[in-house]
Amino acid sequence: MNIRIERRLSQPRWLSVAVPVGSLAVAFLLIALVLLATGHDPLVTYRDLFEAAFTANGALSQTLTGATPLLFTGLAAAAAFRMNLFNIGGEGQLYFGAIGASAAGLLLAGQSAPVLIVAMIAAGLAAGAAWALIPGILRAYLSTNEIITSLMLNYVAGLILTYLIFDSHSYWRDTTSPSAAVFPIGKSLPDAANWPTFGSSVVVPFGFMLGIGAATVLWALYSRTRFGFEVQVISDSPRAGRYSGMRTRRKILAVMALSGALAGLGGASQVGDFRHVLDADPKGLRAYGYGYTGIVVAALARYNPFAVVLVAVLIGGLQNAGSALQGPDFPSGLVGVMEGMILFTALGGELLVRYRVRIRRARRGAGAASSEVAG
Amino acid sequence: MNNSIIVVVIASGIAYGTPLLFAALGELLAERSGVLNLGVEGMMLVGAVMGFWAVQRIGGPGGTVLFLAVLVAAVAGAVVALVFAFLVITLRANQIVSGLALTIFAGAAGLSSYLGNDLGLAEAPARYAFQPVNLFGLNDLPILGPILFEQTWLVYASWAFVVLIAAYLARTRPGLNVRAVGESPQTADAMGISVTAYRYAHTLAGGALAGIGGACFSLALTPQWVDGLTGGAGWIAIALVIFAFWRPELCLVGAYFFGAFQALPFTLQARGVTVAPELFQALPYVMTVIVLVIVSSGIAKRRLGAPGALGIPFVREER
Repeated sequence: MNIRIERRLSQPRWLSVAVPVGSLAVAFLLIALVLLATGHDPLVTYRDLFEAAFTANGALSQTLTGATPLLFTGLAAAAAFRMNLFNIGGEGQLYFGAIGASAAGLLLAGQSAPVLIVAMIAAGLAAGAAWALIPGILRAYLSTNEIITSLMLNYVAGLILTYLIFDSHSYWRDTTSPSAAVFPIGKSLPDAANWPTFGSSVVVPFGFMLGIGAATVLWALYSRTRFGFEVQVISDSPRAGRYSGMRTRRKILAVMALSGALAGLGGASQVGDFRHVLDADPKGLRAYGYGYTGIVVAALARYNPFAVVLVAVLIGGLQNAGSALQGPDFPSGLVGVMEGMILFTALGGELLVRYRVRIRRARRGAGAASSEVAG
Repeated sequence: MNNSIIVVVIASGIAYGTPLLFAALGELLAERSGVLNLGVEGMMLVGAVMGFWAVQRIGGPGGTVLFLAVLVAAVAGAVVALVFAFLVITLRANQIVSGLALTIFAGAAGLSSYLGNDLGLAEAPARYAFQPVNLFGLNDLPILGPILFEQTWLVYASWAFVVLIAAYLARTRPGLNVRAVGESPQTADAMGISVTAYRYAHTLAGGALAGIGGACFSLALTPQWVDGLTGGAGWIAIALVIFAFWRPELCLVGAYFFGAFQALPFTLQARGVTVAPELFQALPYVMTVIVLVIVSSGIAKRRLGAPGALGIPFVREER
């Protein structure tokens, strides 16, 4: 018997739905085995998980809170990865978005809420885009690999964030209030800078709505405009793009800025929706790795903006349930294992979308034929 | 003289640089074969937790137990790397996303934490830990004593690995084959070298070395288990490989350089000098970006650059 893997000439549409769903099922099967091996009942665990993520009282609101940053970083990764620009700096760009948005909120204290909110959004977009343009410019003009530079800049951004609150007397640091004398904290934003929420039984943060809007804009941009078409051509064949006169460098800069701006908006939403302060302590903004998880979200969504919304809610739910259930029956670390497993099967399943696996029985005495395909 | 600040910084740079060195050597092997594995942090953490498990649970004299613990850490790192290798080599998945997935799967909020929890490792202090040995009784030697002759066995082992890997890549046939596989898998394949086998072997070896790098934390530097023990060292190791132009001997220099930057703020603080530690900690990352820019400019690229096929899956039918 021999197995051949052949590239598919055309990808049937149903596969792009069937494969992710199948991957998810396989992942949950594998996780069930891990749970059984370590002495937990998988069915009970899954039921608890679903309840804690979606159906329990207030669970869905918590899930949306967790999904909001992942929505933005997921869109950021999807925007860049579509053009084969591997911006894995969403983490750092999110920090910069938070730094920018909190600066805007503090500077404009006393203004009305709409002014403040618009200013925070603009500042978050701009700061995220600016930080993403560093690897963008290096890639466009010096052809420096953006994967490593954007990754390194995450750490630089994280250290800058810590520096602003812990080791300097920066504009963001609170130096007057009594609690600030005990532990370094950031200045609180004015109340008017708190972003609104919608709904009462299920609380939807303004940032989440903004994210859905951003997903729609991103979808329209990539599938309905000339810009999106050119990005697609350059990603499929950079040479074809160049020969037909597309401005590749400008596209690289634009896409990196767009990606950074989306991640920066996630940072602005963290400040406006949830934290109302620029924090840097180990339990704060830096603890969750939103930027990295966003890449996972984008990959699971196969870089489709609307699928990013769905996957962000799923992963947000998983993380929310993980922290709600944590205890002897649900050890810490299980959420990461589950996320990793889901991603592994999704990445492996991708093979089935792009390739066809053929299993044939080897003919007897067909030595020549089998050596031809062995490899 | 042996307490002068320079000697202390160099000696602690070596201690803190050793996990980076092990992990970077492993990543170097994988990258030289054309596989970019961003899951170093995850492999290090699983190595750290399993090494610590071995030290707590295996019976016997301290030296043997520590040796076995390092082996266990190496095997654990390699097993985690196997998942990655299967995904990117056999299933041709995207290496960047798979590497990040590996870190999420195995990392501080994943498998390493799960194992530490399930095996109940956080409760007890380490039974044994690597101690500095007074090599040849020379630790009193001025300046060189504390730097060269008062380190743990892990440090001496890392030096052996640098020599072995440098010789392997430059002087042996399999070593030359790896470089061919990393530069141009099509050519290597035409020469009759199995690209798949070489990439598997070096990705697994990379995982094993990353596991040992993680064990440097749980068995020597901070002998205990807490979630996220390695604190981002895996990412620095990835930077280090680039910083060292993909050369083992430069990895050694770079690791101690980066290690010293990690340790410097604390050394200075102990002597009453307060400097914002972030400034020093950010330097390795900034320098790596600068090195990467230099490497990617035309002239340097030919002599110092990354393996030509780094990050690109090899599909035999699609030349």
